[in-house]
Amino acid sequence: MVTTQEKKTEEKWGMVIDVDKCIGCQACVVACQSENNIPVNEEEHFNQRRPIQWIRVERYWEGEFPDVKARFIPIMCQHCDNAPCEPVCPVFATYHNSQGLNVQVYNRCIGTRFCANNCPYHVRFFNFWEPSWPESLKNQLNPDVTVRSRGIMEKCTFCIQRIRRTERESGRDGNELKDGDRALNTACVNACPTDTLVFGDFNNPESRVSKLRKKEMDDHHGRGYKMLDELGTSPNVIYLKKVDKEAKESSTH
Amino acid sequence: MQEHTQLTQRQINEDLLDTVLSTPRWWLPATLVAILVFLIGASAFGYMLNKGVGVTGLNRPVFWGFFMVNFVFWIGISHAGIMISAILRLTQAEWRRPVTRAAEVMTVFSLMSALMAAPLVHVGRPWRADLWVFPYDFARGIWVNIRSPFIWDPSAVMTYLTASTLFVLVCLIPDLAVIRDRTKGWVRAIYSILSLGFRGTPRQWKLQTVAGILLSALVLPVFVSVHSIVSWDFAAQIGPEAWHSTIFAPYFIIGAIHSGVSAVATLMVIMMWVFKWDKYITRDHLDSIARLLIIVATTWFFFFFLEWVFALYTLEDPEIAMRDLQVFQWPWSGMFIVFLITAYFFPVPMWLFKKVRRSLFWMFVTTIAVNIGMWLERFLIIVPGLMRRGHFIFDWGSYHPSIIEILMVAATFAWVILGMLLFTKVFPLIPLFDVKEGMVFRDEIKIGRRTIPASIRE
Repeated sequence: MVTTQEKKTEEKWGMVIDVDKCIGCQACVVACQSENNIPVNEEEHFNQRRPIQWIRVERYWEGEFPDVKARFIPIMCQHCDNAPCEPVCPVFATYHNSQGLNVQVYNRCIGTRFCANNCPYHVRFFNFWEPSWPESLKNQLNPDVTVRSRGIMEKCTFCIQRIRRTERESGRDGNELKDGDRALNTACVNACPTDTLVFGDFNNPESRVSKLRKKEMDDHHGRGYKMLDELGTSPNVIYLKKVDKEAKESSTH
Repeated sequence: MQEHTQLTQRQINEDLLDTVLSTPRWWLPATLVAILVFLIGASAFGYMLNKGVGVTGLNRPVFWGFFMVNFVFWIGISHAGIMISAILRLTQAEWRRPVTRAAEVMTVFSLMSALMAAPLVHVGRPWRADLWVFPYDFARGIWVNIRSPFIWDPSAVMTYLTASTLFVLVCLIPDLAVIRDRTKGWVRAIYSILSLGFRGTPRQWKLQTVAGILLSALVLPVFVSVHSIVSWDFAAQIGPEAWHSTIFAPYFIIGAIHSGVSAVATLMVIMMWVFKWDKYITRDHLDSIARLLIIVATTWFFFFFLEWVFALYTLEDPEIAMRDLQVFQWPWSGMFIVFLITAYFFPVPMWLFKKVRRSLFWMFVTTIAVNIGMWLERFLIIVPGLMRRGHFIFDWGSYHPSIIEILMVAATFAWVILGMLLFTKVFPLIPLFDVKEGMVFRDEIKIGRRTIPASIRE
């Protein structure tokens, strides 16, 4: 570590996703694929039900034609504080780091797929095949990210390589980490055209995610919710529900 | 109760050592077939090592499939040994005598098969699985995660394997001495090393008996722990919510006993057919084991019913979704019906008839049916459980095994058969000393007008 300054508190990275703003353009998916050296998901992979998408935009249809509504929800690793994937790994290949990230150590992983079974969000991916890229894409691989071999699990890292690089550079230059810094933000956040995804530090009360959490997780007025909250995983991703004008007004919410 | 044919010790030796001292004609072809099937499976494993786990039918969200089903299945079969040799030994059920060793040997080989099915071929990087199953590299300060059921699991299975192997070996010593005395040359040298200088002195007999009883008592906790831990592979998860149930441990244990004891009955019939040992394993023995099976099967069915009640009582969506898959969705519904019929509704009413209990053919059919049913039970728990027809419609998926998986699973079956065949060639499958001991216990002497047993029990 080259950090020169003393940190008061460690960061706790998290994300706020405003489902109301999502237009389902899949730009985040593409950005994630290229940032994190994820092999190209061809038709064959989808037919085998083995695509690797660290972030995916799930599309749900509502209503009957012609009254059809498409609803989109981007889903990635929720970086749960109480992650079900962590205790089941026999070799500590997945664990929680001090910054609230659920990290995957590729070298330790032996591929029991236990974590993937135990993940309620279906966001862990197994390398069923050796990853491969077409010749034309070989030079686009990100040198900061490991290419995972077959037989191991992988998942969203909140672009830990970008966090680490920014930390390193800010430590070198003596700057503080800036909230909303494009170099710090994850690839999906940078790519989102509608500002659906917001990334930041929950331990910094001035960050956008903290403010959004304070405002939206309010029981009475907020739109915020955590996915599958009833399972007690306490995710670090907060979703803001769609504003539905046709929905009946309820007195409490 | 039982019909007794008195046999001389010489006759017992001749009959039971027949397979060891001379080779039956079918033995070589049968062994070759088993080796061939095993090698085909091993090649399939090699292909999977080369290409990746993609050659199986596994996908997202069904990350566990055939391998895990067969892991649970083989651990279930392995419960035969402990049931027959430990529990029946401690409860002094006389009819156990001729089948103890066959059951224990099947236990050992099916545990090996289970270890082959789950940690070895199941993981993504098998060449690293040794870091997890075997004591870890503490020198580098890397510890295994003892919170994971996948650490409890190999520990339990390895304990069981060690205990069963010791049990087989301790019970073999007197018989090995008999073989030593009947062979010549280098064969004799090997058997004399294996028999550890057993000469049949009272002290040696005492030590051997005490060791047997101690081992069977010590192995009893394993009886409860192994399959409980196997069930926690599933029950400790919250992802597939339908698995998250406290009844899983006892339900799995009783299921294991059901399939294990049925497998022993199948084995008894095969031994009677193949080796013509009907003087030693009689229809009385079959009758006894079938009566035991009625109790075991009915207890299992009670737990099966309870598990359903537990699930339906909560009325939670994921539970209902899995039950819906199991009962109403093709092809699981078809399997479910076959499972119910073969695991309970066909065999148990059949066993109520004395004719069935004493018929080799029908006992064979019913006990094989039980194991088909119990295999399907594990399949129906694991695959529809993982399909998770719950929250994310986007991620619904199904599973069917690939030919590679089927070949590897066939290899685990071949391994058990091969192991049994090799064992019968080298060691007697019916314990000579145990049968003789049983006869001594049956001897009665007359003192005045009273008839009393010639010897008292251990």
